[in-house]
Amino acid sequence: METPTITANRIRQYLLEDKRFDGRDPDEFRDLEIEMDISKKAEGSVKVKLGKTEVIVGVKMGVMEPYPDSPDKGNLITTAELLPLSSPRVERGRPGIESIEIGRVIDRCIRESGFIDFEKLCIKEGEKVWTIFIDIYSINDDGNILDAAAIGTVIALKNAKMPKYDEKEEKLLHDEHTDKSIPLTKEIPLSLTIYKIGDKFIVDPTREEEDIIEARVTIGSYEGSISSIQKGEESSLTIDQMSEVLDMNEKVWNNIFKQIKKHL
Amino acid sequence: MGKRKVVVPGEVIAEGDKLPGEGTKKKGKQIIAMRYGLADESAKLIKIIPLSGVYHPRRGNMVIGKVDELTFNGWRVDIDAAESAFLSLTEVPRFVNKNNLEEVMDIGDVAVFKIQGVNKRGVDLTIKSRSLGKIDEGIIIKINSNKVPRVIGKEGSMIKLIKENTGCNITVGQNGLVWIKGDKIDNELLAKKAIIFVTKKSFISGLTEEVEKWFEENKPSQTKASKTETKTKSSEKAKKSEKSEESKESEKKNEEDNDKKENKKEKKK
Repeated sequence: METPTITANRIRQYLLEDKRFDGRDPDEFRDLEIEMDISKKAEGSVKVKLGKTEVIVGVKMGVMEPYPDSPDKGNLITTAELLPLSSPRVERGRPGIESIEIGRVIDRCIRESGFIDFEKLCIKEGEKVWTIFIDIYSINDDGNILDAAAIGTVIALKNAKMPKYDEKEEKLLHDEHTDKSIPLTKEIPLSLTIYKIGDKFIVDPTREEEDIIEARVTIGSYEGSISSIQKGEESSLTIDQMSEVLDMNEKVWNNIFKQIKKHL
Repeated sequence: MGKRKVVVPGEVIAEGDKLPGEGTKKKGKQIIAMRYGLADESAKLIKIIPLSGVYHPRRGNMVIGKVDELTFNGWRVDIDAAESAFLSLTEVPRFVNKNNLEEVMDIGDVAVFKIQGVNKRGVDLTIKSRSLGKIDEGIIIKINSNKVPRVIGKEGSMIKLIKENTGCNITVGQNGLVWIKGDKIDNELLAKKAIIFVTKKSFISGLTEEVEKWFEENKPSQTKASKTETKTKSSEKAKKSEKSEESKESEKKNEEDNDKKENKKEKKK
């Protein structure tokens, strides 16, 4: 059930005092739990829990023809799927706009930050390149799937092992992994989202809070440089509010990065 | 109270001369469980107290629901059940302008309803009675509808205890939605925590005492302590002064004796 008007009013009222229903500060995340290697078949996989929100991210690799505009570069395909088991409001069938947006936002964050060294993923120019598939599945939706998926994606990519490739027969050997990891650069991009309710900004909303947000800004950044940005929902932001968002993002970024550092 | 045993659907609970109650079925001489829950044997009757599952609307139930849609002759209401519920214009105890339904209730509003009937098309609701109607303030929380009897307690003892300790007005719908209204949001959240505590511990006996204990632990310092405790652990003085402030506040609401004693001691000092 979506948050009713009266509960929404209470959340806004309480937020005016910088307080939230679960006792967190506006810029405080819920407990972050990370479970590594949950899938045997995938090249890299991780389960991320943010409070009651649960997301699994898998990385799988294949060999494909390159796109005509980048004959010497590997491909990256990111898909997110919100499963009906994660929330009563998700139905089976075609992906909705929410899941498409999650996939695209995360794809852009990873791609534009230069995290993956695509040139090293080329096997034979113009003919064969590696393709990285990132698959995101929601297991339980209690808000902020976007950030949980972003955190999971980075960790899964960092820990993924390349599959074996038979160069003589030009065939991919499934289920066999080398010790090599995916060619990555040093910068680790994390896309984190700041949500706006009334004139206040919060991070990591629960479902109750996410229902009543007026705007959201997802910023993909590494070590202080922004690589991607996405604004969602209908409300607008002033210039002052935007700088507040950027400050908050930096603070939260450092906080989350500290927590996930041991998995990177 | 008879013996209680956890059963799963399909399990044979008893054989022979017993009567099948709620959640059970008689097949030949055997009584078989139809739901997951606790089998309760009292005298000859065997019934199941369900531990999980969705809410099944019943005639006469008082439920809380949220308006989802306005139609030409009424409101479509989400009562968190598989069936859709409908409140007809004729079931509102006042004059309603047909072109202005949102005057009475708009999308997103919540209200307390009574189920007038359940048929093939869905659930029919009414607000033609006292204590029913639109809710204008407070918070709504969701609990498992099977835990509703535990939250209310024997003859309303549990809900009375929570009301007294938090000073909030609480209405529990049979569908598991609970409306909490208090003069302070902190109190409402305390009541919410208490209700969630009850639903989590619903299986233990002597729950009322357990909840009383929980209130003793959580109430006096609830508003400030959660944040200040971690910060001012070292500075005892700051803590003491805060405590006295709190107990002055709580004295007005005549809280526990402990606090009063502490307050008196400090006054003497």
